[in-house]
Amino acid sequence: MNRFNEVDLSDHFLELIRRAATILPNDMRSALEKAKTKEESGSAAEDALDTILRNVEMAREHSTPICQDTGTPIFEINYPLGVSTRKLADAVRRAAASATQHSYLRPNAVDSLTGKNSGDNTGIDFPTMHFQEWEQDSIHVDLLLKGGGCENVSTQYKLPNTRLNAGRDLEGVRRVVLDAVFQAQGKGCAPGVLGVAIGGDRGQSYIKSKRQLLRPLEDTNPNPELSALEERIHQEANELGIGPMGFGGKTTVLSTKIGTLHRLPASYFVSVAYMCWANRRAHMDLRLTDDAVEVSYA
Amino acid sequence: MPKLTTPISDDEIRALKAGDPVTLSGIIITGRDAAHKFMIEHFIKNPIAAEDQALHDELKRLLDGGIIYHCGPVVKKNEDGSWSFVAAGPTTSIREEVYQADIIRYFNLKGVIGKGGMKERTLQACADQPAVYFHAIGGAASLIAQSVQEVLGVHKLEFGIPEAMWVIRVQDFPVVVTMDSHGRSIHDLVEARSKEKLAKLIPA
Repeated sequence: MNRFNEVDLSDHFLELIRRAATILPNDMRSALEKAKTKEESGSAAEDALDTILRNVEMAREHSTPICQDTGTPIFEINYPLGVSTRKLADAVRRAAASATQHSYLRPNAVDSLTGKNSGDNTGIDFPTMHFQEWEQDSIHVDLLLKGGGCENVSTQYKLPNTRLNAGRDLEGVRRVVLDAVFQAQGKGCAPGVLGVAIGGDRGQSYIKSKRQLLRPLEDTNPNPELSALEERIHQEANELGIGPMGFGGKTTVLSTKIGTLHRLPASYFVSVAYMCWANRRAHMDLRLTDDAVEVSYA
Repeated sequence: MPKLTTPISDDEIRALKAGDPVTLSGIIITGRDAAHKFMIEHFIKNPIAAEDQALHDELKRLLDGGIIYHCGPVVKKNEDGSWSFVAAGPTTSIREEVYQADIIRYFNLKGVIGKGGMKERTLQACADQPAVYFHAIGGAASLIAQSVQEVLGVHKLEFGIPEAMWVIRVQDFPVVVTMDSHGRSIHDLVEARSKEKLAKLIPA
């Protein structure tokens, strides 16, 4: 039995949700500030980025959601041996309901058959949670709030793809990812971040592509081939000129992150998780001390 | 920068060009997927049922020369029973393309606010009516909520908070005209240009 099982962690999850919904991570904010300096003075693109940055400040100051679409809350949870994932899931669901009451989250869980909104962000497989046991004594949580607009322009390709002349190699990957950015235009709330997964089955591939969005913008892919492809796609996506909000401009994509999974010989999927400029991610570490739980957020 | 207040005149709309930044003030109504479907099915395609008559007449009055905002807000109920907008950025408009032209014509809308732009049918309705498409900054939810001065009422709350029709008074709501009443769409221009560029980046 692990002592975590005797503690109510829901308030910590609530604070994690509040942070994710209301505070844009520093790397995202810096990237947006940099993008603003590149746009033509007086252009609609520059104006859009200026409004975005003012909104980010305001949301943090007032502790209100950066975007009203607070998205699908996606929790990636690492836990030590002996912790009940059933209890963790219960704490997450209670925190989501409480965050809705506090207006940190919009009621976002709709019954697919009746169309009825549950009103508290809980429902069938809602929020999304993935659990992974690890060797450490602490619990680590990554939270991503993935909005609907950018989720709707996220997509998956099966290679080879004749229309795009894309084969089963990294050149094929480059072709389909650029097509995804073109198809999205401004509808995913550009300038966005691209999370790409190569391989897997369809389901795992999508999950992996979303996990790429948790990576800090400035990190470097340890695989030099993928690192070069990330850089190239980032540059070429911006050459499309779609710009902030699709108004036309220099920055369409702030970063591209690529991961891989093993695949079946028969399948070669490329998943593109498009994330809006409001790439709302927050992290939490929970440690047991002698008589309490120590929490740190990042 | 032009400052427009609802109800807006045809002349004011004809003077706007795609690319113009504008601020909007006055009464506007939020409406997204469920609201558009409802208005088409209950007011436009079928005879109006007795229980919908009052809402119909109210919307007819408020939307004449008015604006629908594609938005599913975060709303807070205050202790005195009134409502406040907490976060209220635009939602993707293209989902309403099948409905929008009919709704613009039926209610004599002078504009819709949303994000991502719309297509031919809406652009045509904008030219005919006349009306324009106002693009708000996607995700700028806290900032836009600040421009909401007052929540005057809410209809169809049974659709859920995001899908309900909120009647709000706004002051200096910042938007950009991206589809005007002269057939010009920034979205079409940007798409055409990016298509050419894409063809160079991934030659057949």
